[in-house]
Amino acid sequence: MKILVCISKTPDTTAKIAFTANNTKFDTNGVQWIINPYDEWYSLVRAIELKEADASIVIHLVTVGAADADPIIRKALALGGDEAIRVNADSHDSFYIASQIAEVAKQGGYDLIFTGKETIDYNGSSIGGMVAELLDMPYVSLATKFELGGTKATVTREIEGGEEVCEVNLPLVVSCQKGVAEQRIPNMRGIMAARTKPLKAVEPTSVDALTGIANFELPPAKAGVKLISPDNVEELVRLLKEEAKVI
Amino acid sequence: MSVLIFIDIAEGNVKKASLEALTYGAKVAEQLGTTAEGVVLGTAKDDLSSLGKYGVKKIHHVNNPSLDHLDAQAYTKAIAEVAGKTGAKVIVFSNNVDGKSVAPRLSAKLKAGLVSGAVALPDTSNGFIVKKNVFSGKAFANIALNTDVKIIALNPNAYKTTAGDGTAEVVSTDIAVDAPKVKVTAVNKVSGEVPLTEAEIVVSAGRGMKGPENWGIVEDLAKALHAATACSRPVADAHWRPHNEHVGQTGTAIAPTLYIAIGISGAIQHLAGVNRSKVIVVINKDPEAPFFKAADYGIVGDAFEVVPKMTEAIKKIKG
Ligand SMILES: Cc1cc2nc3c(=O)[nH]c(=O)nc-3n(C[C@H](O)[C@H](O)[C@H](O)COP(=O)(O)OP(=O)(O)OC[C@H]3O[C@@H](n4cnc5c(N)ncnc54)[C@H](O)[C@@H]3O)c2cc1C
Ligand SMILES: Nc1ncnc2c1ncn2[C@@H]1O[C@H](COP(=O)(O)O)[C@@H](O)[C@H]1O
Repeated sequence: MKILVCISKTPDTTAKIAFTANNTKFDTNGVQWIINPYDEWYSLVRAIELKEADASIVIHLVTVGAADADPIIRKALALGGDEAIRVNADSHDSFYIASQIAEVAKQGGYDLIFTGKETIDYNGSSIGGMVAELLDMPYVSLATKFELGGTKATVTREIEGGEEVCEVNLPLVVSCQKGVAEQRIPNMRGIMAARTKPLKAVEPTSVDALTGIANFELPPAKAGVKLISPDNVEELVRLLKEEAKVI
Repeated sequence: MSVLIFIDIAEGNVKKASLEALTYGAKVAEQLGTTAEGVVLGTAKDDLSSLGKYGVKKIHHVNNPSLDHLDAQAYTKAIAEVAGKTGAKVIVFSNNVDGKSVAPRLSAKLKAGLVSGAVALPDTSNGFIVKKNVFSGKAFANIALNTDVKIIALNPNAYKTTAGDGTAEVVSTDIAVDAPKVKVTAVNKVSGEVPLTEAEIVVSAGRGMKGPENWGIVEDLAKALHAATACSRPVADAHWRPHNEHVGQTGTAIAPTLYIAIGISGAIQHLAGVNRSKVIVVINKDPEAPFFKAADYGIVGDAFEVVPKMTEAIKKIKG
């Protein structure tokens, strides 16, 4: 059994969001980079748990990114996983990235492919679905629980106002969110082991991007809070009704 | 040529987010000088012709019970076929659960550029550019779609539904779909509640509530406002509230018209999930709570006193 876990690099949540080059580029100045939380906390940890329950499972990590993604993928290896593949390309087009991952997946022949629910920077929530289509595999998105039984998976997924349990045969692509696993912290042994785990850089296949970023915008600044006395809650309700017109 | 809108059904009824997508899609069709058509998969209880009031002229109904539950593969195949038949140049989804699952697949299948999380109508003055949320609501990106067929997944609550007159012609379409590979074995609905991502008003509470036993006043307020309830991450982590109520960067991202935050400090990770809300009200006893900086209205006070008063005041105006 082979699992492929997709790992992306995102700015730390507390990073200042600013743009350069006439608002066409994200300003990376001073930005701390982290593993996308959904990838680190949920999909990767669940894959590690599955391996802990069945030592014959092999976990590969894949990232599509430039060499500056190496520290991120090493950190992911420190949490667990056997080896990593970095596709040497820098793109924000979901189809381009998904095509690279699909290519890696074809070469590796995986039974299970995990992605996070979305990246916290570009918020596409698209890669998993695209990879599944490119590989003609079923896709279960927004999983909150994942269990394996032989070649069958039982997945609980989010639906509007609740959850749904479904059964799917492998091979399968799943996007993971909260509930699938609990966050872990890498330990010293993991960090040491990660240094010697294989991290292979491969060149991308040629694919045309389907979208491009024209430019970025920051939202208009808020006018500032209007404070109402706790003894005058009725006034707040009046403002919500008559001024903001939201109730 | 047409604009095709995917209409999402839950237990036979059209989802609210789909009505937004319909209104939006009809407007896009108007912009492009073409007609809007809809596609419905699976059994429908609602009268589909009445969807005409949102501006669609025709509804393609693939009335096949094997499509009653989401299977992204089968849905993609069916929608692609309808899109081919109608010569759709723009396909609109809601960026809700089904949309997130199906739109990317369809994009890869048709090699059609996708903007997920769109928040505005396309700008067609120079190419085809759609604005979307990025950096968890902290910025927008304008995305250029260069492909012949374009797919837009519209964020829930980003475009207001408007209804006029008109009925749509409903055409039954037979499409052969394989048995779904994703077999749904159980559906657990949190009954009687407003789904969080669809809710116009969300009442949310944090660690300031001290314990799960104190949530009654939060629920009462939510009930008075016909709102969904939400919570901060530590509250869900401590199992005070179910994890599906957790909003924020690692929980659900929402964009209601009104978000009321009670006893929540307003950490950046929390804000990342709620800062797209149109109006934010913060109730916190600490005047220094960072949430006030992101708020439109605020009360510095004790939630245990303020919240019941607010519920009463709302009941009064609602009669
Ligand atoms: C990578 C990462 C991701 C995260 N993701 C999320 C996320 O998705 N969502 C999320 O919510 N958090 C997230 N967090 C956690 C976040 O940083 C905060 O710790 C969390 O939001 C705090 O929750 P809180 O406001 O309920 O609690 P606290 O920070 O403890 O705040 C409680 C507030 O209640 C007020 N209060 C106390 N008593 C009363 C009273 N009687 N009346 C009125 N007010 C009162 C206090 O003044 C205080 O402001 C994340 C953290 C990290 C590091
Ligand atoms: N550059 C990338 N390399 C590898 N995996 C990625 C990359 N970008 C996104 N992913 C995966 O796809 C998921 C969804 O990303 P997105 O569709 O961009 O929101 C992420 O949580 C990752 O698991």
